[in-house]
Amino acid sequence: MARTSSSKENAQALFHSLRSAYAATPVNLKIIDLYVGFAAFTALIQVVYMASVGSFPFNSFLSGVLSCVGTAVLAVCLRIQVNKENKEFKDLPPERAFADFVLCNLVLHLVIMNFLG
Amino acid sequence: MATMPASASDLLKSFKLKTKQQELLIRVSILCLVYILAFITRLFSVLRYESMIHEFDPYFNYRTTLYLTENGFYDFWNWFDYESWYPLGRIVGGTLYPGLMVTAVLIYRILRFLRFAVHIREVCVLTAPFFASNTTLVAYFFGKEIWDSGAGLVAAILIAVCPGYISRSVAGSYDNEGVAIFALLFTFYVFVKAVNTGSLAWSLASAFGYFYMVSAWGGYVFIINLIPLYVLVLLITGRYSMRLYVAYNCMYILGMLLAMQIRFVGFQHVQSGEHMAAMGVFFLMQVFYFLDWVKHMLSDTKLFQAFLRITVTSAVAVGGVALGLGMVSGYISPWTGRFYSLLDPTYAKDHIPIIASVSEHQPTAWSSFMFDFHILLFLFPAGLYFCFKRLSDATIFIVMYGLTSMYFAGVMVRLILVATPAVCLISAIAVSATVKNLTVLLRSKNKVVQTGSTKGSGGSKSSSKALLDQSQPFQKNGAIALLFGAFYLLSRYATHCTWVTSEAYSSPSIVLAARGAHGNRVIFDDYREAYFWLRQNTPQDAKVMSWWDYGYQITAMGNRTVIVDNNTWNNTHIATVGRAMSSYEDEAIEIIRSLDVDYVLVVFGGVTGYSSDDINKFLWMVRIGGGVFPVIKEPDYLVNGEYRVDKGAAPKMLNCLMYKLCYYRFGEMMTEYGKPPGYDRARGVEIGNKDVKLEHLEEAFTTSNWIVRIYRVKPPNNRW
Repeated sequence: MARTSSSKENAQALFHSLRSAYAATPVNLKIIDLYVGFAAFTALIQVVYMASVGSFPFNSFLSGVLSCVGTAVLAVCLRIQVNKENKEFKDLPPERAFADFVLCNLVLHLVIMNFLG
Repeated sequence: MATMPASASDLLKSFKLKTKQQELLIRVSILCLVYILAFITRLFSVLRYESMIHEFDPYFNYRTTLYLTENGFYDFWNWFDYESWYPLGRIVGGTLYPGLMVTAVLIYRILRFLRFAVHIREVCVLTAPFFASNTTLVAYFFGKEIWDSGAGLVAAILIAVCPGYISRSVAGSYDNEGVAIFALLFTFYVFVKAVNTGSLAWSLASAFGYFYMVSAWGGYVFIINLIPLYVLVLLITGRYSMRLYVAYNCMYILGMLLAMQIRFVGFQHVQSGEHMAAMGVFFLMQVFYFLDWVKHMLSDTKLFQAFLRITVTSAVAVGGVALGLGMVSGYISPWTGRFYSLLDPTYAKDHIPIIASVSEHQPTAWSSFMFDFHILLFLFPAGLYFCFKRLSDATIFIVMYGLTSMYFAGVMVRLILVATPAVCLISAIAVSATVKNLTVLLRSKNKVVQTGSTKGSGGSKSSSKALLDQSQPFQKNGAIALLFGAFYLLSRYATHCTWVTSEAYSSPSIVLAARGAHGNRVIFDDYREAYFWLRQNTPQDAKVMSWWDYGYQITAMGNRTVIVDNNTWNNTHIATVGRAMSSYEDEAIEIIRSLDVDYVLVVFGGVTGYSSDDINKFLWMVRIGGGVFPVIKEPDYLVNGEYRVDKGAAPKMLNCLMYKLCYYRFGEMMTEYGKPPGYDRARGVEIGNKDVKLEHLEEAFTTSNWIVRIYRVKPPNNRW
């Protein structure tokens, strides 16, 4: 019993410290995180739908899910490059990071539109 | 301040360049010369014979390129070819890699736009040398990225003449590898650049490079497994970084999506076992990033350890369960035979004789390594040593590429081609580092006087060498001697490569040459003679049965429907042809009539001594036929395990269709002075059954040197 309660305490302490640390992140990063969460949620909905009605036009399913996953991943890359705490990217102007993000998303969505069928 | 120089020396001084500009001039001129060299060293066969397509596979590529130029991309992408694999046809649009054809047609359109009236065949013949030149440029930039510009220059020079690459990219070898090696090296270069800089733009470029590779060659599986393996090694050695995350993720997602646009690849990136490593590493990267982020946010390490344990165990468990479910349910298909035989070389010989029979798939002999690499063979370990001395993300990559590709090159001869860029790059590092150290030694002598007694921090090369100098007075001479040795070796390498290219790799295979009795050159153009006879003397809808080697050439040059060709996608169909060739004539004619065959073509080398003919390939026909139809048994054709065609041969061998078709009327032929008639020069024996009578076939055409023999199928007799 003691072990489970201590692990429960551990989990709660973990959760609290994470919450407090996250509250301290800048607003622009929180917006990106929100976008990533939204994209992941959309992908989840699509997977659930596929599980219920079947995967017949498989290319359509793949293009839908991969567009969500792809844009989430690209947003995370943007977050990495824009985050002021990352020493490796301190020379990179945020405008360049955003331009790269837009370019990659453009390519991603063009391919998705071709793949949707 | 006169605007015009007053004297000649002032004029010269105004042209004198600073050191940096001199260096740039030297580098650019070396690269230009290497570019031209890489192109012209591949032109031997065009100069000796004519500008034509070599070998077998390139003829299919040429035919599809012709179709693309005549009918446009949409018809090409949706093309169903009814002229091959006779009753079945072939979905060409969905079963080829379009990169090569699209590239050639693009170059052709550009040249035509600039009003150069070239024929598409010329563009096809010269595509491979052009891309070889481009590969040298990419090798230069890659070497610069890994080590420095000196290594890049040496890498460009080495790869320009390396026989391992030349073998598949001579002028006329219009095959996927000519373009694919360029795409491979380009993808690797751009990916390493992305890992070094962490830029999304470079990562996008590597996704496009990967897309080009996927469109060009089936060997793209190497990239999609090497890069995840590399990422895994970086993660294990503790080199995880944000740059790696950005580079790999962008490349994987965009590359996978782009690759799935090629119909031949289809959904393999999510369904095939060969591509699962990339997906696994993708998920692993997400876990790493998540853990890194949590660690960054938590200040308490003990809490983090607990969290780490939970996350890692759950991630591994979920991943293992998913992979297990996928493999057990069959959703994730296991490794296909072609690639499985790379991991287990004995697999193909026991289970898939068609893969085992291709001569390019045999294991590599040591002599092939020496032949194709020469001095690079011992420069490779030296380069590995230098790479390990200066480990960085980029050198780890090239080391992994070199080691994995050398392993695969040892398993299959054809894959020496994939190992060549890695070997050239690593050897270039060795050469460049050695030459640099030696020349530093040469230059350091002058500094002995000034820095003789200062110990310094021991970091400056000149001061430490200066200390050594006093104890070894002949160091400068030794350095000069070693430099001469290095240049001698490199010059021998260049000579060897040119000799190899000229002697071994410049033969078109479709035109044979030999030395006559008086030393004059004799050309055997029998193949083209036969194909053009077919084109001009047979009905348009005639169907030709031959062994699968010649299928592409018959459809491309003879323009007739064939039963089987080099695509070898249907083993049963090929086994049917093999069975027909190895049966007695009465059984074979049933199979021939059921396939609607009008002409049978065989290749026979007995008169000229040509050893790649159908009698030498016959045992493979028996094995492949016997693999599907147990009525064909290999021991029936052998005598005491030995394959013979003379009097002591097995009776089934002496009466099978292939024997009859090859040796029809050969019993009366005098092939060599002093030998009896019917002496087979390729096997070196007198044949056993000289009295060959054909009942259901009649001879239609035999070429001037008896190399290709065509027989017409007679219609069934009238019944009475």
